Amino acid sequence: MAMDEMPDVPDVTKKFLYVNRKAPYGTIYALESLEVVLIGAAFEQDVSLAFLDDGVYQLVDGQDTTGIGMKNFSPTYRALGDYEVTKLYVEKESLEERGLTPDDLMQITYEDEDDDWAEKPSIRIVSRAEMIDIMADQDVILSF
Amino acid sequence: MKFGIVVDEGPYTHQASDTAYQFTKAALEKGHEIFRVFFYHDGVNNGTRLTVPPQDERNIQERWTKLAEEHKLDLVVCIAAAQRRGILDENEAKRQGKDANNIAPGFRISGLGQLIEAGIVADRLVVFGD
Amino acid sequence: MSTLHTVNKSPFERSSFISCLNHVKAGDAVLMIEDAVVAARKGSAFAEIVEKAAKDCTLYVLGPDLAARGMGEDDLIAGIKLVDYGGFVDLAAEHDRTNAWL
Repeated sequence: MAMDEMPDVPDVTKKFLYVNRKAPYGTIYALESLEVVLIGAAFEQDVSLAFLDDGVYQLVDGQDTTGIGMKNFSPTYRALGDYEVTKLYVEKESLEERGLTPDDLMQITYEDEDDDWAEKPSIRIVSRAEMIDIMADQDVILSF
Repeated sequence: MKFGIVVDEGPYTHQASDTAYQFTKAALEKGHEIFRVFFYHDGVNNGTRLTVPPQDERNIQERWTKLAEEHKLDLVVCIAAAQRRGILDENEAKRQGKDANNIAPGFRISGLGQLIEAGIVADRLVVFGD
Repeated sequence: MSTLHTVNKSPFERSSFISCLNHVKAGDAVLMIEDAVVAARKGSAFAEIVEKAAKDCTLYVLGPDLAARGMGEDDLIAGIKLVDYGGFVDLAAEHDRTNAWL
């Protein structure tokens, strides 16, 4: 979207949470969720992403889509730091239920401008109890 | 109160568009404001004027169009999702070199920023999907 | 500060209903709409889970969806409240945010 199409929005900062609960490729939700996140980044809101249930598969390392003839969009998650999207919450229980560990996920980092541009991990593994609190702390929840 | 409505599924296959319509109608009847209805994913298919459902069935697109006329609703179809699925207005059809357009009256095509704006401006955002 | 959670799929078909119940906070509301109304029926395999959830949060079911699937108030697990579309709007307004478990 061109910048001149950006709506003139009120000067407020809301907490936006994008909830991802579906695996990539079987449906378009993961990809089109990412498109919302990228556009939404221009609005300078307080953005977090939640990955739970099969949504954790969106962040699994080593995705190879050549055999299914679809574009592998997983590298885009690595670019989120450049859009100042730095809070990717992954639910520990969802990983465990699927036989996954944090080591199975992509390395996603951002440069912290408040800490001399130190490189920090964007993925934060949280317990289900913590995820409940994260969800309860939002103004807007967009689910995909 | 100001509501933003998101419709993520197309007409007929899923109930999402029906429930969103009933919710929107009920909210208007209660005196609430609907800031915008945003159609995303397959939800963009609600905005084609070319559907011809059987006479004795609800016409989902016409129902939205009529509600929009009566209440000056802003029905926005996401441009990126619409391009993938062949929902075009006159300008887009021309721009993309297509020989026809199919956007229904009362709907307009615009960017995803309209969804974010709805989230910022509306007091509550309610999502309907699969 | 509380949340209205909406669920629209049967627990027999999708994990979204159970996942929703696993993420509610005390004081939240859960509204079953569309195919999720099947979770509100007493005697179902999910009834015990639903009864347990009803202790922490308030459970609602959308009446028109219940009726469309051949059920009525008498079929509901005790404690589940019936609302119409206007009641759905009220719930969305009364809670601070909505969370759709799609």
